[in-house]
Amino acid sequence: MTPFRQIGHATFAVFRETGRFANFTARAAAACFAPPIYMSQIWRQCLQIGYFSLPVVGLTAVFIGAALALNIYVGGSRFNAESFVPNIVVLGITRELGPVLAGLMLAGRVSAGIAAEIGTMRVTEQIDAMTTLSTDPFRFLIAPRITAATLTLPLLVIVADIIGVMGGYLVATRSLDFNGATYLRNTVDFLEAADVNLGLIKAAVFGFIISVMGAFQGYHSRGGALGVGRATTNAVVGAAVLILAANYLITAVYVD
Amino acid sequence: MSTDTPKLQLIGLKKRLNNRQVLDGVDLDVAPGQSVVIIGGSGVGKSVTLKCALGLMKPDAGEVRVDGVHVERLKPRARAEQMRKFGMLFQGAALFDSLTIWENIAFRLLYADHTPRAEAKARAIEAMRKVRLAPEFADLRPVELSGGMQKRAGLARAIIAKPDILFFDEPTTGLDPITADAINDLIVDMVKDLGCSAVSITHDMASARKIADEIAMLYGGKIIWRGRPSEIDASGNAFVDQFVSGRAEGPIQAIV
Repeated sequence: MTPFRQIGHATFAVFRETGRFANFTARAAAACFAPPIYMSQIWRQCLQIGYFSLPVVGLTAVFIGAALALNIYVGGSRFNAESFVPNIVVLGITRELGPVLAGLMLAGRVSAGIAAEIGTMRVTEQIDAMTTLSTDPFRFLIAPRITAATLTLPLLVIVADIIGVMGGYLVATRSLDFNGATYLRNTVDFLEAADVNLGLIKAAVFGFIISVMGAFQGYHSRGGALGVGRATTNAVVGAAVLILAANYLITAVYVD
Repeated sequence: MSTDTPKLQLIGLKKRLNNRQVLDGVDLDVAPGQSVVIIGGSGVGKSVTLKCALGLMKPDAGEVRVDGVHVERLKPRARAEQMRKFGMLFQGAALFDSLTIWENIAFRLLYADHTPRAEAKARAIEAMRKVRLAPEFADLRPVELSGGMQKRAGLARAIIAKPDILFFDEPTTGLDPITADAINDLIVDMVKDLGCSAVSITHDMASARKIADEIAMLYGGKIIWRGRPSEIDASGNAFVDQFVSGRAEGPIQAIV
């Protein structure tokens, strides 16, 4: 095959896959609002996606908040601006690092899990079985995961914001000689509702991306264990890239 | 509706997969109460035929008619209603790993018909008794059952809603001869008990002879022979003779 044909094939493949993903996303989103809505499945997924992700999100947030405080202190001391540590920590955590890192951690934990579970169901004909049992897999399997991820990721980000700020607080008060009460007052005074809102909007979008990407890759997996493994990898990589791209777009729109 | 109307009709089904013409005009009628077994070697398109009949795969050309109604032309809601006429036993049973045996069996009742759980469980246990699966297995997970028990559970799931047409995909594959014979007996009993039609695909001739009113052989994308089990040993068709005798030499090229 000539290089030109290879480029042509690759280009068509990108458009084909993008179209397939867009079509899947529209169908999955519609299924979230079309009855029957399986509340028990949504609740189960809220536990699976939200509650069981608390440890990983909390640990990530505390270490990032602590490292952020140290770095801002070092950078700020070059301009005699060490006192801005609490302000920049809370801004960085709520607007950017809380939602992005929670999103990336969940891309690994949740998107991969959804792709593996639905992919295994696909290759073992469980999805076909569901269809023959008069149950739409989009409503029963995919919609509850999307709803749960979109609802619980903002809640996880609120937790990540609080723990991240506390990570910065611990380092600042134990290692950097900040007064605890002053640190907290600066944090609260500086923080605006718009900062938190931006983080929550991002979190909801990232939750949607994570669940749709996992479901898409799992639903279209083929070829046994190899196919499920490939779907899992693609779900994590795809979700991570889309999260970072969406993060930039949302920030740009919000800043404007 | 005329009593002469076939329960299921496949008319000129064509399907191309991976640049290979898998089905090239499959025609098959199944009368009410009749059990038809489709035989053929590996990769000749038996599963594709079944998936097209069930609506799990869209044929490139041809029609699937159920009670004389062209299924492709139905609106989604009506198609879902048609699906209620079907029961399917998958090759690997395709039980849902996350649910207990009784929830698997009662899946259609619970999630499509919204039957109360207590009533659904009672009906699931009744179905388990019919397929000679002890009720004490009701609360176990599929992974805790043997292959033969999983097939019984799959059969119970297929018959619980009293379908008009039962489909069996390689019902005895992977089972020892005694368990396979027990599954064959169950299939015959269930089809008689429900008075439904049945379409099975298999390459197990012992199974085909036992459960079929008529056997059809699929080769080269078409049905090349159809007749009663008693006629198959004197079919006069070289392809059928080779398949029934299990010889490597003959017009059918073995795929090794």
